Amino acid sequence: MSLMKRISLIFRSKANKALDRAEDPRETLDYSYQRQIEMLSKVRRGVADVATSRKRVELQVAQLEQQSQKLHDQAQKALSMGREDLAREALTRKSGLTGQISDLRAQQAQLQGEEEKLTLASQRLQAKVEAFRTRKETIKATYTAAEAQTRINEAFSGISEEMGDVGMAVQRAEDKTSQMQARAGAIDELISSGALDDASQLGQGDDIARELDAMSKDTDVEAELAALKAGSSPQPGAIEPGSGQQATAAAEEPQKEEGQS
Amino acid sequence: MIVRILGEGQWDLDEEHLTALNRLDEEVEAAVESGDEVAFSNSLNALLDGVRTTGSRLPDDTLHDSDLILPPADASIDEVRHLLEDEGLIPG
Repeated sequence: MSLMKRISLIFRSKANKALDRAEDPRETLDYSYQRQIEMLSKVRRGVADVATSRKRVELQVAQLEQQSQKLHDQAQKALSMGREDLAREALTRKSGLTGQISDLRAQQAQLQGEEEKLTLASQRLQAKVEAFRTRKETIKATYTAAEAQTRINEAFSGISEEMGDVGMAVQRAEDKTSQMQARAGAIDELISSGALDDASQLGQGDDIARELDAMSKDTDVEAELAALKAGSSPQPGAIEPGSGQQATAAAEEPQKEEGQS
Repeated sequence: MIVRILGEGQWDLDEEHLTALNRLDEEVEAAVESGDEVAFSNSLNALLDGVRTTGSRLPDDTLHDSDLILPPADASIDEVRHLLEDEGLIPG
């Protein structure tokens, strides 16, 4: 038997099993409507859950991108100071992040897709539940229990197939989301452990930044010293030798303090 | 003939298109049996496209059950196998 036929028969047998439960067929209408309303809120909760996961991944992408930019800046700074080794280290770390970022982006797109699918599913179910409610009232008002059966069967099978479909969609979205949440949790841990934060705070904890910072202080001191010397040497006669030395020492003092902090 | 694509909705198809779609359906079924994911994905998508293009979309508020039901476009072979089990994915 064809695949399409087999699946539809399985759906139908589920629907029939559910239908057999009530004694007065008209009661099945209210019972079913109740379950439809529950399914509607379930699919809406599903949409909200997937959206939460998507936002979490988006936040992680933003954090990692910020970190990646900082490593790029550090590499540039290191190069400008002639430290190719440090620049290479920074870029190596950056390339590690790049892989993670593109992985997260793919997850983000997948979650977005699930969110859209569930939103559409909830709209379709909503339309069918509305149609069912109208049909239900008509059947209850117009027909005796005996007469109602056929009409109820028609309305019921139409909606129960949709319920099965939507129920599956919610289940699939939950499965996919929970897989991603486990990975998102691992990245959150990495971020909150400080393994990434350290490097993002220039000069605190991160070895590349620390070394660059130390180097830039040294070169700043040297540059300032050179400037001072250059400024004082052309007119050695204008200033007494004693006061010139004092000025140089005074200029050097705050740099030393900064270097120690 | 009403056909449902799970996760998408229902289409109304003329009987004349069924022969071509049945051939694709057999391909999907064979791929499920052999476990060939690539063949499965290709034939399933061809089948779904056939339904979408030859059928006319039913309005969302139609209360009618389908004669045929097809797996969602991104289904895996495992999911289809699960779908075919009696205690499968469909909430009772």
